[in-house]
Amino acid sequence: MPRTAQRKAPPSPMAPPQSFLWARRTFLTLLTVFVVLPVFVMITSSLKPLEDVTGKFQWIPSGLTISPYFDIWDTVPLADYFMNSLIVAGAATVCSVVIAVFAAYAVSRYNFRGKRVFTVTVLSTQMFPGILFLLPLFLIYVNIGNATGIALFGSRAGLIITYLTFSLPFSIWMLIGYFDSVPRDLDEAAKVDGCGPLGALFRVIVPAAIPGIVAVAVYAFMTAWGEVLFASVMTNDTTRTLAVGLQGYSTQNDVYWNQVMAASLVVSLPVVAGFLLLQRYLVAGLTAGAVK
Amino acid sequence: MTTTAAPIPGERTAEKKNPGAAPRRRRSGRLRKIGLPYLLLLPALLLELLVHLVPMIIGIVVSFRQLTQFYIRDWATAPWAGFDNYAVSVDFDAPVGEALVQSFLTTCLFTLLSVSLCWFLGTAAAVFMQETFRGRGFLRTLFLVPYALPVYAAVITWAFMFQRDNGIINHVIHDQLGLTDSPPFWLIGDNAFVTLLVVSVWKGWPFAFLIMMAGLQNIPRDIYEAAALDGAGVWQQIRRITLPSLRPVNQVLVLVLFLWTFNDFNTPFVLFGKAAPASADLISIHIYQSSFQTWNFGTGSAMSVLLLLFLLVVTGLYLLFTSRGKQATDA
Amino acid sequence: MRRIRAAAVGAVTLSLVLTAAACGGGSSGSGGSNDQPKTLTYWASNQGASLEVDKKVLQPELDKFEKETGIKVKLEVVPWGDLLNRILTATTSGQGPDVLNIGNTWSASLQATGALLPWDEKNFEAIGGKDRFVESALGSTGVQGEDPAAVPLYSMAYALYYNKKMFADAGIQKPPRTWDEVAEAGKKLSKDGKWGLGAEGSNLSNNIHQVFVLAKQHGADFFTAEGKADFTSDGAVAAVKQYVDLMAKDKIIAPGNAEYAQNQSLSDFAKDKTAMVLWQTAAATFESQGMKKEEWDVVPAPVQSGKPGTGKGTNSMVAGINMAVFNNTKNIDGAKKFVKFMTSDEEQTVLNKAYGSIPPVKAAQEDDAFNTFALSPLRETLATSAAALPQVPEESQFETVVGTAVKELFADAAAGRPVTTASVKAKLEKAQQQMPKK
Repeated sequence: MPRTAQRKAPPSPMAPPQSFLWARRTFLTLLTVFVVLPVFVMITSSLKPLEDVTGKFQWIPSGLTISPYFDIWDTVPLADYFMNSLIVAGAATVCSVVIAVFAAYAVSRYNFRGKRVFTVTVLSTQMFPGILFLLPLFLIYVNIGNATGIALFGSRAGLIITYLTFSLPFSIWMLIGYFDSVPRDLDEAAKVDGCGPLGALFRVIVPAAIPGIVAVAVYAFMTAWGEVLFASVMTNDTTRTLAVGLQGYSTQNDVYWNQVMAASLVVSLPVVAGFLLLQRYLVAGLTAGAVK
Repeated sequence: MTTTAAPIPGERTAEKKNPGAAPRRRRSGRLRKIGLPYLLLLPALLLELLVHLVPMIIGIVVSFRQLTQFYIRDWATAPWAGFDNYAVSVDFDAPVGEALVQSFLTTCLFTLLSVSLCWFLGTAAAVFMQETFRGRGFLRTLFLVPYALPVYAAVITWAFMFQRDNGIINHVIHDQLGLTDSPPFWLIGDNAFVTLLVVSVWKGWPFAFLIMMAGLQNIPRDIYEAAALDGAGVWQQIRRITLPSLRPVNQVLVLVLFLWTFNDFNTPFVLFGKAAPASADLISIHIYQSSFQTWNFGTGSAMSVLLLLFLLVVTGLYLLFTSRGKQATDA
Repeated sequence: MRRIRAAAVGAVTLSLVLTAAACGGGSSGSGGSNDQPKTLTYWASNQGASLEVDKKVLQPELDKFEKETGIKVKLEVVPWGDLLNRILTATTSGQGPDVLNIGNTWSASLQATGALLPWDEKNFEAIGGKDRFVESALGSTGVQGEDPAAVPLYSMAYALYYNKKMFADAGIQKPPRTWDEVAEAGKKLSKDGKWGLGAEGSNLSNNIHQVFVLAKQHGADFFTAEGKADFTSDGAVAAVKQYVDLMAKDKIIAPGNAEYAQNQSLSDFAKDKTAMVLWQTAAATFESQGMKKEEWDVVPAPVQSGKPGTGKGTNSMVAGINMAVFNNTKNIDGAKKFVKFMTSDEEQTVLNKAYGSIPPVKAAQEDDAFNTFALSPLRETLATSAAALPQVPEESQFETVVGTAVKELFADAAAGRPVTTASVKAKLEKAQQQMPKK
């Protein structure tokens, strides 16, 4: 069944009873408090002097300061880390999406021997504990580097490849579902018009699946954006990402809590903003993929 | 390898499914057409092979070796250990095995609770926000913020809030509400489990919310209208229409949440540092400690392999169960 | 179906080939080469207030070295949390820096990997001889009787920091010299939400440092002379119990300290919430937390009775950073030159002054900069009464299992559960069983 998800919800067929309204109000209020509490703490703590932050929590701070927002740039090279994260997560997202589109197209539109083996294998990689393959992967990268001269270990490229495979299984899974819901008549028609299989993919299916692709892209980006374990071993000071770089605010003898909070907020702002812009697509996009 | 696999006419079945499709033109050869799906899969397959499968096989080999710091410089020299590493891991009477099984059970309970709570909050929020009301767009945006914050930033903030003497949590429940006789510990001891759960749910539920919200958009409105005409109230509509319609979404969501939560490393690591309290000693942290902290990669790998086997069985059963369900609904 | 099986077999074969290739990880050649005589890579540990501060301290010195020798040193400051894992991966792959900093307690563990250049007589000659270094610092450079795996770079020792005003207010005339006096003073100080002593109950390394010293004072050791784990001797049990009892029985440590692992005890001290803290070189932190120099003083850490000295008079572990050369270096001569430069009298003075640590080089110690009220107790301790942590390859396992045991005992104490000799012994027994079998 073709699914066209985004339509405005018309007014409810029946006015909801008071019990529903009260349940909704209570639930959403509590949930909002739960969600907002840490954000509130981040914002207020980032505006307090260090003595305040290391002391007992107070709703009303003894003084406000914006100096953490200036200090964060001197304590660690935050701008560099931010750029690294952006490049790594961005490239991993693009590659992951392109590769997932190809794979999902093959699975969605073709029958071939090994299809089931492929899907099961790829999906099963989602369950591998990272601890198991961290060190072997590192060794493989080093050996590839020794054999071919392509530096994977310590470089952004190595991290990009690693991260894109983290998001690949779920992305393929989602996109298969979404492509399945794009009517086949559309790409058959395109083929009649003289498009090859890839032409049909890029002229018909991808445009029809833009929301789903955006959803997968956001997912891939967030996966790469927050990863800590692999980044801590596979980066050096020039390629360090935010996820590990933020730890630079806790040093041998001090934890600069106010700066951690300020830096977290600063680096999150662009992501949250981007998220909001894409949110509409995201909601629409996940629909068809997940429902299949 | 797979690209050169023998031909199986792909289009035959495809055409069977689409009887109305126009007859295909002969292109530059049969081989190429058959090869195409494999070609499309190749990048994904190669990358998964490189980053997941081959390292995993190396990991399995390592699990049969006595790989300690004496040998890490040259893995090949590490003596074979047979099943020794496994024997140590599953000797539940000795501290190592006992700790492993303890950690495994903790992880199971934690995963069960965390996935249920994430699912519940996500579903409830999505259902309550199905109808428009003032501020809905704003709330939807707000609810996605935990998903967009870097993991480290979010978790370290929670750790900050859960400090016993200085944190906001104890400030509220002990100092202001007076609910406890003395300020409880949240980062050590038994409460650490609760802390971990709260943080995990906070971080994980927006994803469930997102998926559920998307799933709800697929339910045709006319079903609701018909039900309303039949006199079904809102609560009944939710129970009889909304929740059953979400079942396919749940299948994906629950599995994904399960795997993420079970393997979650970042949250406990940032929250508790290198030594998690016993009550919150998740399996991933436990294995990390058993291999990286103590440089005993043989035992650590053996534990990982056991974990992998468990996940394979669970996921296999789950997929078997749900795909059978799917076939039934498709039919 | 057969084809799938064939594909599977193919995949496994390929993997095994790759495995074999991967297993050849680190080259087993030893001693390094001189293929790249013009450059060096240096991993420095984070010593200053931040990574950026470290770069500012070190870069001018590296420039000086380049001017002298024409060798360019590429610096990377590695955060503490990452350092051991980075060294581990470097060791595994054979791809690492030429010269690196290691925590001196890791010396024996890393020595066992064979990844570090052994400092035999000849190599020591190249940097001016072994006897330039303070003996206690040399004690923490590897297994006894083997060539050291590293040379000392910065040294630190534990000492007792105290708040002068809080002592005066409580009517305490002179700072405590023994544990009994600590408890006595602590009881006078612990009232009205203030506490006698601070501790970092969830910091495994710190726990180890404290109980190791106490064990020495009880005439015990956590390892036998043959290097076997021996956690449950009467002395070791008494030591662990004595440390935890400061919270459980004497009640001079705030229960909240049981969860401290991020130096919150220093913040508490700087805020006049606790009157004493046992720490290594804390002066810079107090200053950054807004505590003035005049408000605190420091004396050697307490002993059971008598005066600090060797054996039962031990009152600190030898803390510090060592400098090691990676065996896979492609510039072995340059690496040794660099170590010689960094351990020269002049550089030792400059660097240790910048970091507030003590030079492990005898001649540099004479500098007036290390004869201040803040540093001379530490220097004295290092010279006379500090002992190296067990130099065994399993040191990191020891830190993990025993450190965790102490952490759990603190958690018990904080929750008001009794801490008895039996419960301490049971925890240590369990810890010992988790050590690798020998």
